[in-house]
This record gives sequence, structure tokens and C-alpha cells, in this order.
Amino acid sequence: MDFSALNPVALLASLMIAATPIMLAAIGELVVEKSGVLNLGVEGMMIVGAVCGFITAVETGSAWFGLLGAALGGILISSIFAFLTQVLLANQVASGLALTLFGLGVSAMIGNGYTGIKPPGFNTVNIPLLSDLPFIGPAILSHDPIVYIGILLVILVWYFLNKTKNGLVLRAVGENHDAAHALGYKVIWIRFSAILFGGMCAGLGGAYLSLVRVPQWTEGMTAGAGWIALAIVVFASWKPFRLILGAYLFGGVTIMQLNLQALGVDIGIAYLSMAPYLVTIIVLVMISSNHLRSSANAPGSLGRIFHASQ
Amino acid sequence: MLTGNGMIRLEKRPQPSKKWTSITPFLAVLATMFVGGIMFWALGKDPIEAIRIIFWDPLFNPQFASYARPQILVKAGPLILIALGLSLGFRANIWNIGAEGQYIIGAICGAGVGLAFYPSEGWFIFPLMVIAGALGGFLWAMIPAILKIKFNTNEILVSLMLVYVAEKILVSVSLGLMRNPEGGGFPGSRNLQYYKAASNPELISGTGMHWGVLVALTLTCLTYIMLTKHTLGFQIKISGQSNKAARFSGTSPSVVTAICLGVSGALAGLAGLFEVSGPSGQISIDFNVGYGFTAIIVAFLGRLNPFGILLAGLLMALTYIGGELAQFMLGLPAAAIQAFQGMLLFFLLAGDILTNYRPKFTYKKRL
Repeated sequence: MDFSALNPVALLASLMIAATPIMLAAIGELVVEKSGVLNLGVEGMMIVGAVCGFITAVETGSAWFGLLGAALGGILISSIFAFLTQVLLANQVASGLALTLFGLGVSAMIGNGYTGIKPPGFNTVNIPLLSDLPFIGPAILSHDPIVYIGILLVILVWYFLNKTKNGLVLRAVGENHDAAHALGYKVIWIRFSAILFGGMCAGLGGAYLSLVRVPQWTEGMTAGAGWIALAIVVFASWKPFRLILGAYLFGGVTIMQLNLQALGVDIGIAYLSMAPYLVTIIVLVMISSNHLRSSANAPGSLGRIFHASQ
Repeated sequence: MLTGNGMIRLEKRPQPSKKWTSITPFLAVLATMFVGGIMFWALGKDPIEAIRIIFWDPLFNPQFASYARPQILVKAGPLILIALGLSLGFRANIWNIGAEGQYIIGAICGAGVGLAFYPSEGWFIFPLMVIAGALGGFLWAMIPAILKIKFNTNEILVSLMLVYVAEKILVSVSLGLMRNPEGGGFPGSRNLQYYKAASNPELISGTGMHWGVLVALTLTCLTYIMLTKHTLGFQIKISGQSNKAARFSGTSPSVVTAICLGVSGALAGLAGLFEVSGPSGQISIDFNVGYGFTAIIVAFLGRLNPFGILLAGLLMALTYIGGELAQFMLGLPAAAIQAFQGMLLFFLLAGDILTNYRPKFTYKKRL
């Protein structure tokens, strides 16, 4: 076995690409959970985003329109969840599961006939001088724009949650919805918007899978990415910047196992490809075993139904 | 709720309405037929015909019914078995959504025992396989259970991650450890249907009834008795309503977690074993077809009630068969039926507002 075949530049570059879809979906879910709603439908919203993005991109010939289509698809399907849980006061766990099951079915249905096509791609960013730097240039600074949009989105979410009044209101709603309601904030509409934002982000993450990372449309292609995004929100203790760390950690594991497979490491492909899921479990255990750390930042009203009696 | 000043206000019922609990599943089915019909129409199919093919033809069409009727029991068996287990946890707010993984591992363990005895004959082989199947599913479900009890890890995410791990194991054993040595290099194990001591045959010809269906029917009754007459049923129900009340009544949350996850894992494992030794016949890459996930819908549609689950399992099996028929007759995409099933769960959850809340009509007085 020859480890020198592993090129650190290529590894780092593909790590960033592997981390991006999960980061996008996770940052949306983080906002949703901060508002006090647990949406387990990330997997379903991602796959709907993947198929909507793919179809729009193929039909219009533009990957950017694809992103737009994915965002709209994500928003549309998340609005079902928002309506069920916020207006009809349905159980959030069950509604999220329903969203995932429905999303998997509906995406396979509308994607029927789009398999085996190559979608239009994005041009890579080329920053004069910086992209030409040795090592850093090819590894970090010459990706498609979505990689950076993802990071920018995390920074914006951090800024919104911690530095703006509306962010404070959203966190207050998630912390104690009765108190927020008593102060006159529109709990349901704040949560509704948060859920739609989460749907948009998950849709974008899905489109990144089908347009850049794979790039192809196949049924069930998210393969648990949405669930891993949910796990990363827990891992990050609902803190945006730790979420980047979590996504990159996961991206690293995925890339390592793919590269080890290519090198023909004698563990068996089936066992290597389990690694991302097993690492997710191990990380979840490590985070949740530390009670103080895991619960300190969890939104107080997470998953609880809000019904104003007045 | 939505309207501040008038018209409809929602009042939380002190207890979920029994009447609406049993009416909403029927309303949900009707609503799904209606909206599903619109979906089929959008796909360019005749909606009335599509609905008739899905819900009526498998049962009564003279041409297809003789084939389709037995298939309903074949498909309902595993769905009911898995959903019965899941419903225990769902009552106690313990969310095992990894039944698909437990189903796979149960099948692998059970089939493994059978294949280990090949080609010897003996009455004890099949019972041993049943035990191995249940044990495999049980142990796979105990992973999220133990992690939840010991480290407070979220059982939803862990059990779901383990589905993907189980799928990788399935691929690995189909290609390696359990591959049929006489299979000409094709992936997949020996077919247990042709190995009498390890097979789970149709018991009454033309009915689709096999040991798994029989076990599912028996366990439906036993679960009902357990929930209504036994302390364990009380403990499960009270854990779901209030953790505090559960502790006052001397119920240990850890024990309830272990029992709910363990039992649901064992039942999913059993379902896998009966499937691999019966209708499917062999361990292969595409052995699992999503029963573990559809069973979640069955559990909810059956209102977590054993007899409700029995009916819901039969109905969901009907949509599977009807979906296949519609695929064949109308060229409806295979995934349409999955979307249809997801939609059913949406409508059911939406209808629950009538179960848990009482709409009050108020009129503003004109001055």
C-alpha cells in the first residue's frame, strides 16, 4: 500500500466539497431548532432540493437557476411541515418523519427520467494571485462559489442570532415560547419563517449533492446526509462556528474512507463505507455523555407544541 | 390559534377524543385518495381508474385477485410485526426509526444459522433460526438503547445511522461470507425456499399465510392484552405522558427504554427472518425494501393500537400491491406509491387537530 499516492492538496479540496452539502443543511436546521422546532425531515427536504435543483439546472442549462429551483423546492416542501406543526399543532417528530418519507417518494417520482444525465456545472472561483498560491490556492481558494457561500451563510447566521434584535427574538421564542408570546412576539410566524429558511438551506445542500458533488441524479442519493446534518447540529451544541468544524470533520471521514478504498486498503469496501455513519454515532455519544455541555445550549422549548390559550 | 377575534378558536381537550381518534384514519385515507388522485392526474393518468386499480382491483378484479390477495398477507405480515414493536416505543416517546436495520440484521442472523446447517435436515433448524433472527434484531436495537441509557444519546439518530451500517453489512455478506458457492459467482445466498428444514413456506396454499403472518396475528392479540391488562402496558403509557408521573409510579425510564427498543428490534428481526426464509428466500443486496420505514406509517395509522395496526398493515399492504398493479397497468412510476403513503401520514397528522383540540365557534356581537 502506498500512502504517498494521497495528495494532501486534493484531499483538502475534496474535503471541503464533501462538507458543503451537510453544512448547508445543518445551518438551516440550526436556525429551525433555535426557534424551538425540531424538524426531522432534513433528509426529505434535501432530496427534494436535489431533484428540483437537478431538473431546473438541466432544463434551463444553468446551475445557478438550479440552485434557485432547489431553494424553492426546499421551501415548498418545508411549508407542509410548517403548516402541520405550527397551524395544525401536529407532533413534530412524526411530522418530520412523514416529511422524509414523503420527500423520498416524491423526489423519486419527479426525478423519474432524469437519471444518467450530466447537469451543467459551476465555474470555479479564480481569485487573481490568491488562487495561484502554492498549496492554499488549489486546496482552499479555487472551488466553486457555493463552498464559500456555505461558509458565508454560517457567518451570517451567527451574526443574525447573536448580534441582531430579530435573532434575539428568535432565540427567545425557542427558549420559552410562552414568555415570548406574553411579550407580544408572534411565535407561530417566527417559527414558520425559520422552518422555511431551514427548508431552503436543506434544498440548497441537496442541490449541491446532485449538481456538484456527485454530479448526477439517482433515487435516494442523499443516503443519510440529512440525518448526519441533524447529528452535526447536536455536535455543534447549536453554535454556528462549531457547525463548520463538525461538517469538516465529517467531510474528512468521508474523504478518508473513499481514498482508502481507492488505495485498496485491506479492510473491505463495505466496512470502510460504514465509517461516516459509525463516526457520527461515536461523536454523538461523546457529545451527549457530557450533560452540562450538551444541554447548556439546547433551546428550552425544542420540540414542544405551542398553543396560545388566549 | 390563527384567528384572534372570532369565528374559530381551538380549545385543548383534557384528553384526546376517542371518537376522533378512530374517525381520523378513515378521513385521512379519503383525503389521500382525493389528493393522490390529483397527483396521478398531474402525471397524466386517469385518477379514478388509478384509485380503483390501487384499492379495488387487488381484492376483486377477477383477473388479478387470485394472485394479489395472497400477496396482501405476505406484505402485511412484516409490516404488522414491525409496527407492533414500534408502537410500544412511540407510546413511551421512544423513537426507534431504525427498524429497517434491525430487520436486515435479523434476516442475516437467522439465515446465517440456517445456512450453517446446510444441507442437514432436522426439525430444530427452523426454530433455531427464528431465535437467531429475533436475537439479531434485539441486539441491533440494544445499541441505541444502551447508548441512550448510559450516555443520553439521541436514539432517533443512532438507530437511523445503524440502518445504513446494516445495509453495508448486507452488501458485504451477499458478496462474500454468505454467497451461494453454487451460484455461479452471482451475489446472494442459497435460496432457503429450496432447503426444506430452513424454509418458511406458505402454510395454506393460495392464502399467502406463512409462519410470519401467524406470529404477527398472535402477537397482535398478545400486545393488546399486555397493553390493557399488564403493568408493563401501564408503565409504557405513563412514560409517554409524563416522566415525573412515571417515576412516582415506580417506573424506571431506563427499563422502559430498554424494553421498548429491545422488543421492537426483536420483532423487526423476526420479520426479517420470516421474509428471508419465506417470500424472499435469500439474502441478497436488495433484500430490504423499506418495510421498516413503512411500518412507521402503519403504527401511526393504526393509532398505536394493536388491532388498528392490524387493519393499517393490511391497508398499507394493499397500496403496495395496488401500486405494483398500477405500475403494470398504467405505467405509474414505482415511487408514486411511496409518495402516496407519505401523504397518508401527513393527512393523518393533520387530522389529529380534531383529536386533541375542540373547535369553538364564537361570534362577535354586533353593537
